[in-house]
Amino acid sequence: MLEIKNLHATVGGKEILKGINLTVNAGEVHAIMGPNGSGKSTLSYVISGKDGYEVTEGQILYNGIDLTEMEPEIRAAEGVFLAFQYPVEIPGVPNVTFLKEAVNAVRRHRGEDELDAMQFVKMIKAKTEELGIAKDMLKRAVNVGFSGGEKKRNEILQMAVLNPKLAVLDETDSGLDIDALKIVSDGVNQLRSDERAILVITHYQRLLDHIVPDFVHVLAHGKIQRSGGKELAFELEEKGYAEYGVAAE
Amino acid sequence: MSGKAQTIEKVREFTDEKYKFGFVTDIETESAPKGLSEDIVRFISAKKDEPEWLLESRLKAYRHWLTMPDPEWQKPNFPPIDYQGSYYYSAPKSVGDGPQSLDEVDPEILKTYEKLGIPLFEQERLSGIPIAVDAVFDSVSVATTFKAKLEESGVIFCPISEAIQRCPELVKKYMGSVVPYTDNKHACLNSAVFTDGSFVYIPKGVKCPMELSTYFRINAENTGQFERTLIIAEEGSYVSYLEGCTAPMRDENQLHAAIVELITMDDAEIKYSTVQNWYPGDAEGKGGIYNFVTKRGLCKGKNSKISWTQVETGSAITWKYPSCILQGDNSVGEFYSIAITNNYQQADTGTKMIHLGKNTTSRIISKGISAGKSDQMYRGLVRMGPKAVGARNYTQCDSLLVGDQCGAHTVPYIETKNKSAVVEHEATTSKINEEQLFYLRQRGIPTEKAIALVVNGFCREVLQQLPMEFAVEAQKLVEISLEGSVG
Amino acid sequence: MVMQMNATQPFVDQFDDVQSRLPGSKLPWLEAFRKAGIEKFSTIGVPTIKTEAWKYTRLPNIDCKEFRSANWENGQVAVNAVAEFLSDALNQIRLVYVNGIIRPDLSNLTNLPDGISFEPLTQALESDPEFIESQLCTEELKYDQGFSALNAAMMESGTIFRVAKGVQVKEPIEIVHMNGVADAPIIGHPHNVFVLEAGSQATLVMRHAGIGTSAYFNNAVTEIVVGDSAILKHYTLQTDCMEAIHLSTVNVRVGKDATYETFNFAIGGRLSRTETRVRLEGRGAHCNLSGAYMMRGREHCDNITIVDHLVPDTTAREVFKGVLDDEARGVFQGKLIVHKYAQRTNGHQLSRALLLSDRAEMDAKPELEIYADDVKCSHGATTGQIDENALFYLRSRGVPEALARNLLIQSFIAEALEEISDEKVREAIAGLVVHWLPADCFSVDEWVQA
Repeated sequence: MLEIKNLHATVGGKEILKGINLTVNAGEVHAIMGPNGSGKSTLSYVISGKDGYEVTEGQILYNGIDLTEMEPEIRAAEGVFLAFQYPVEIPGVPNVTFLKEAVNAVRRHRGEDELDAMQFVKMIKAKTEELGIAKDMLKRAVNVGFSGGEKKRNEILQMAVLNPKLAVLDETDSGLDIDALKIVSDGVNQLRSDERAILVITHYQRLLDHIVPDFVHVLAHGKIQRSGGKELAFELEEKGYAEYGVAAE
Repeated sequence: MSGKAQTIEKVREFTDEKYKFGFVTDIETESAPKGLSEDIVRFISAKKDEPEWLLESRLKAYRHWLTMPDPEWQKPNFPPIDYQGSYYYSAPKSVGDGPQSLDEVDPEILKTYEKLGIPLFEQERLSGIPIAVDAVFDSVSVATTFKAKLEESGVIFCPISEAIQRCPELVKKYMGSVVPYTDNKHACLNSAVFTDGSFVYIPKGVKCPMELSTYFRINAENTGQFERTLIIAEEGSYVSYLEGCTAPMRDENQLHAAIVELITMDDAEIKYSTVQNWYPGDAEGKGGIYNFVTKRGLCKGKNSKISWTQVETGSAITWKYPSCILQGDNSVGEFYSIAITNNYQQADTGTKMIHLGKNTTSRIISKGISAGKSDQMYRGLVRMGPKAVGARNYTQCDSLLVGDQCGAHTVPYIETKNKSAVVEHEATTSKINEEQLFYLRQRGIPTEKAIALVVNGFCREVLQQLPMEFAVEAQKLVEISLEGSVG
Repeated sequence: MVMQMNATQPFVDQFDDVQSRLPGSKLPWLEAFRKAGIEKFSTIGVPTIKTEAWKYTRLPNIDCKEFRSANWENGQVAVNAVAEFLSDALNQIRLVYVNGIIRPDLSNLTNLPDGISFEPLTQALESDPEFIESQLCTEELKYDQGFSALNAAMMESGTIFRVAKGVQVKEPIEIVHMNGVADAPIIGHPHNVFVLEAGSQATLVMRHAGIGTSAYFNNAVTEIVVGDSAILKHYTLQTDCMEAIHLSTVNVRVGKDATYETFNFAIGGRLSRTETRVRLEGRGAHCNLSGAYMMRGREHCDNITIVDHLVPDTTAREVFKGVLDDEARGVFQGKLIVHKYAQRTNGHQLSRALLLSDRAEMDAKPELEIYADDVKCSHGATTGQIDENALFYLRSRGVPEALARNLLIQSFIAEALEEISDEKVREAIAGLVVHWLPADCFSVDEWVQA
């Protein structure tokens, strides 16, 4: 589903990704682990197409199509979802309005009928119940005044309603206590399926106790340094990133 | 950037159909001769069969107007107005001598209002609250709905020309009492040549049973519209009033110089909302309405309240400051405004809150959005008089810039002559937040829609002040007004 | 219009009168400069309340027959010593003027470091006229305000301060003006030029002290250039007397990565008006224009700031605080202009006033004029009285009311004083605040350390 070939990318003229190769198939969960500054978040922004993150070499093939020149909303409509490390607050825009706009924009792109208000409410109600999310979160402005846990849950809710094919979770565990972490990872696990690929980006192993990956990759100095099964995560937890030329933090 | 290029392309496709209200109604009209003179003033007065005192007051205003220089302090730039190149009276022939029953209204005019989405028939709306409409077409009121029903509760809602005949003592007493003809040049002109407008009288203790609304439409070419609105809310009464405005797309600029006067007695409240969507001119800045309006409310009684809400998306130039004179103790003035300018539009708008009485409070929330090559100014005055003990003002004035070709300016005047008065003013200017846009786009929402969402969020506090149905309409208007703003 | 002509003409007549006796009269360029000045002044005239920048300030009538330029004798009035201001003022480098006339006996230039020239205008016109010409003469006379133009015509005193490339002086350097000690009202038009070359640093303290009771009218213009990466801290202390009219226009150009910091502290003066115009001309330029004023009686204080952000990445910060008692009046008019293409501008402006009396008045007009989109600009303005809750809180803890009031005023002013980065100056100004307050104050030591 996702095939990254020799990907180089710069931010503000500085090269951060220096030749990443990665293949993720449908149904798989991959974890990318790495120390601070290794380029983890850059990778997630490059995949989703944020302005200012420039691909200088290589390709990101998504179901055979190159994403690199595509606008972010088209990528999203094609099924690429990024769960943000720091979800953005948008004052004055009710969450429910935002979700409806997003769902219908994506449906339009896919040639599906838009949902009318009634259909949408029905759908969103079902999803919130499924994920155990409080309904008042829909009425509040997007992420404004949300706690860290609420923000992350909101990301998972968006993921559930937008039904992406490829989900990139950027440091989803940051700022969560154990209970919130459990709720969020349960949400992610519910969304695991044979048609969907998930890329989990994290610094720590603890998230991987809850979302068990099929593969683990170590990202440092802008390159994948090593790949392996889930046991690699435990090894990293124990030894740290020192052997990849990164001082212990 | 390819996204921007794409948007610009899309915008080109849009531009032609963007202003939905730009059509012209083909109808026979009767006009006064072009130009302005004492004879024209007499002509208008005679046309309306006005009493002598009103003609006298018109002439006095006209003579004073001749002596007034054009104001020069405003921000918008425009060539001197050719007052002689315009018509000061234009009315559909079928209207004849004044307002008539709905059945008699010219079907072409009914069709026009239908096209504009204004129901000129007495039908209950979805929300269950009926709305009474006074429709002003060029210089005359062509229809007023629900008149009979309103009169059951003692509310008078009629064209001002009719009020002059029906209740001259009320008109004589209050017209010009809040905005004197000497106030400014455009108000002075209006005082001389005003043609029609709405009159509202809410008797003591009456809560007006429905929303009142006036819909202004300029149709005729080269015609100025000079309407006059007067709302009097007696002790303990309440009324919510809404005005809407549109005009055809024409290449020349047309002048709209109205006066709105509001008066509240003890414990009365007037809520006045405006959705202004005059033709703004085309993408090159050609044509459009000059909207130079004087709006002022007098909180005469204690505990009274006047609240202005405006959504300004139209006009080539908007130049107005809906204001409150807080004379009664404990009276409250509010000003909620959204102004959106795009292309070459210019707006110089804001408010004045004049605190005279004790414990008077005012609140100003202004949200300005500049896009394209437009230029926008918030200009406000908060004055705490020496007797305004315990008065309070809070002002929040935010500007949002979309694109690097536009301007946003803030000029508040804050004058305090009383130590116990508290004035707080805050203003910010920033560009639209890129992080928010990316977040929305990552969820599949196209750039233009994403901007519209963020802007609607930015304006929410003001949109919430509008009656429900108009809030929805205004929200859409915000979206349409911003089309083509990215590029 | 007629009124204005009447107010303007006597100044023009006075110029014709004294023209030949003004310093540098043998320099042709200066003669031309003065002429351009008086012509400009005649066209613009004396400002009226219809002049937007003078909307809230009415200029008292100045009778030019009464107000005369100072002569040498006026400067020789016996003054025992210069009042100490900074804590270790013994070796203070300073120039002292009495009634506008330089007093070498009171001045101290013994420790003047290398690379700095610091001398009265009258002297500099002899020693280095080319430099002054280069600073004053542009293709066209740039002054668009009546009194600045009049200053160009009439300038007869002032200070030239120049710091060479890379020279950095930590200790504050003082310019002291003592006025109000003449037999007749004095009119003065000092013209200062401060130039900091690239990479240099200096701190200037200008003191305007009214030490007598006679009237004076001071119309100063200060031209400042802060070169690339240079830092100028420029503090002004106005303790003018009740009969003083003090107008000051400060024009500043700030270069790349340079900083201009100014703080204007005013207590006293029938009318004091300071107009500071800053042009941020180089990327990374920064200015901090702040001030505090404490007025009583019928004193009137007007602060005007105009900041032009001309290039990307410039920042401006302004914090003004005023305390107004009796029938005093405060005015703040601030304007931030972000020009097209001046992206990533950061501008913040704050004006707060505390009214202690029912007859005091505050007028504020904080303006933003913005033509670039990637900006963060904000302003705030408030007026109000002493917080009764806070007062009650303090009193309920046993603090006597008068002391509690003073404390709240001190705490109010403190926010502005924090803008002063030079500790010595900050402490000295704190001392003036305490001095202004009615008896029963917290001492400076207690306050500053709190």
